[in-house]
Amino acid sequence: MTLVATDLTLERGGKRVLENVRADLAPGTITAIVGPNGAGKSSLLLALTGLIEPVSGHVELDDHRLDAMSPADRAKALGFLPQHAEIAWDVAVENVVALGRLPHRDRGSAAIEAAIDELELQPLRHRPASQLSGGERARVLLARVLAGEPRWILADEPLAALDLAHQLNLVSNLKQRARAGQGVVIVLHDLALAMNHADRAIVLHEGRLAASGAVEGALSQEMIRRCWGVEAKWIGDEGHRALTLEA
Amino acid sequence: MNRAGVIFGLLLTVLVPLSLLAGRVWIDPAATPNAAIILMELRLPRAMLAIAVGAGLGAAGAAMQGYLRNPLADPGLFGIAPMAALGAVASFWFGALLPPAIAAWSLPVFALVGAALAMALLALIAGRTSSGAGGGIALFTLAGLMIASLAGSLTALAITLAPNPFALSEIVLWLNGALTDRSWREVAIAAPLTAAGIAVLMLASRSLDALTLGEDAAHSLGVNPRQLLGLLVIGVGLTVGAGVAVAGIIGFVGLIVPHLVRPFTDRLPSSLIVPSALAGGCLVLIADSAVRVLPLITELRLGIALSLIGAPFFLWLLLRMRSGRL
Repeated sequence: MTLVATDLTLERGGKRVLENVRADLAPGTITAIVGPNGAGKSSLLLALTGLIEPVSGHVELDDHRLDAMSPADRAKALGFLPQHAEIAWDVAVENVVALGRLPHRDRGSAAIEAAIDELELQPLRHRPASQLSGGERARVLLARVLAGEPRWILADEPLAALDLAHQLNLVSNLKQRARAGQGVVIVLHDLALAMNHADRAIVLHEGRLAASGAVEGALSQEMIRRCWGVEAKWIGDEGHRALTLEA
Repeated sequence: MNRAGVIFGLLLTVLVPLSLLAGRVWIDPAATPNAAIILMELRLPRAMLAIAVGAGLGAAGAAMQGYLRNPLADPGLFGIAPMAALGAVASFWFGALLPPAIAAWSLPVFALVGAALAMALLALIAGRTSSGAGGGIALFTLAGLMIASLAGSLTALAITLAPNPFALSEIVLWLNGALTDRSWREVAIAAPLTAAGIAVLMLASRSLDALTLGEDAAHSLGVNPRQLLGLLVIGVGLTVGAGVAVAGIIGFVGLIVPHLVRPFTDRLPSSLIVPSALAGGCLVLIADSAVRVLPLITELRLGIALSLIGAPFFLWLLLRMRSGRL
C-alpha cells in the first residue's frame, strides 16, 4: 500500500519543473508537499496522481506502475482534489458527491451517503452548488473525493481559499481519513499548518528534492533559510507551533 | 428516460400531426384534394427533416455546452457548420464536374466533405495540443473558431466571385437555411447520420459529467481527454454536418435548446443530451411550421427566423449570467 515516485523528471510547457525527485509515501499518514512558489509542488502532485506523464522516472502504486494501470483502476485508487473548487453547472450537492462514483459506475452507492454524513452535508444535500459558501463548497468537493473510496487522497492547496475555522475543519477531516488508514498527500503553502498537522513533509526547491521525512526535521529553521531565503524561527510547543520571521 | 425526455418526447408526438396540417394551405384530410400525396410526399418528409436537423443541433449543443462548461457555447464553435457550408457553396461551382450519377447529390455530398475536412483539421490540431493537465480545451476552441472564420471568409470569397447573379442569389438563399422543397431523399441522408452522431455523443455523456468538476478532476476520475475530444468531434461533426448538408445554416438551435431543457433535469450534461435532441426537434418543427403559416409574400427562411428568435435570446442569457442566475 505504498505510493512511490522514483527519479521523477517532469516537463510542462517545454520547461523542466521537476528533476530526479524521489518520494516514498506511506498510507495512514499525512504528507505535506511544501516549497517556495515555482518549486514544482503541484506538478509533483499531478504526477503522483498519474495526470502528467514524466519525462523520465515513474510512479508506482503497490509495485504497479501508474502509467500501466487502466484509467478506471487508477481513478478508484487515487482521489484527487484540485486547487480550484470548480462546479460548472448548478448541480445539487448530492449529485456533485455522486460524481465521485464515476470510476465505479454505480451511482446509488452507500459510499455516497457515508461521505455526505461524514462531512455533515445532510442539511445541504438538495441545495444547488451556486448557493454554497466557499467553506461548504470545499466540504462538498472533499465529500466527492471520499465517495470514490480511494485508498489515497491527493489534494492541491485544499486550505488556500478557506478561513481559519474551515481550515481546521478540513484538516480534522483529513486527519480522520489518515487514521482510518488512507494515505493523504497535500500541497501546502502555510508551513505552520504543515508543521502542526502533517506527519511527514517533502520539501521542494527549484524542482529538486531538498528534504523529506518527519516534519520536525524536514522543516527545520536551517531548511527554511536554504529554500525560502528567510531567517525564521519556530516558537511554541509541539503541535501548536508558529513561525516568526526576522527581517 | 428522465423527466425532460418524457416531456419533450410527448410534446414532439403532439407537434408532428399539427405540423403536417399547418401551412399556407391548411389540410383537412377528409376534404382537401390530393391530401394523401401532399402529406406523404411534401409535409411528412419536411417534418421528419425538421426533427432530424433539430435533434442533431440540440444534442450537439448540449454536448458542446457540457464540454466547454459554458452555457453560451454552441455547436458552431468547432467550425464544422461553416466548413460544411463552404463545401455546399463549393458545390455550386464544382458540382457540374461530378459524374452524372452523383451530380444530383452534389450539394449534400460537398457539404459532408466540408464537415469531414473540418473534423480532420480538428483531429490534427488535437493531436498537437499537449494532452497534459489543464488548458487544452480553451486552446482547442480557439482553433475551432479560426477554422470557422477561415471557412467564413472563403465562403464570402466564393460569393463575391459568383459567376452570375442567379448563382449569387441561389448561394445566399441557400446559406440562410430552409426546409422548403425537400423530399425523402434528404431524410435518407440526414436521419441516419444524425442518429449515429447522437449515439456517439451519448457515449461521451459520463465523461462530460466528470468535466463539471474541471479538466484535472475529470482526468483524475478516469476520463481520457483525447478520447473525449474525439467523441465530441465525431458526434458534433456527424450531427451538424448532416444538418447543414440538407438544410443549410440554421443557427441558435444548439445554443437555445439546452437552456429550455435544463430546468427539467438535474443539470448534469448526461441528463441533457437525449432530451435536447427531442426539444431541438420540437423547436425546429415549430419554427418551420410557423414560417409556413406566416402570411408573407414569400416564405420567411427558417434560418433567418431562428436567428431572429435566437439573437435576443442570447442577449437575455448574457444579462442573466451577469446577474449570476445561470
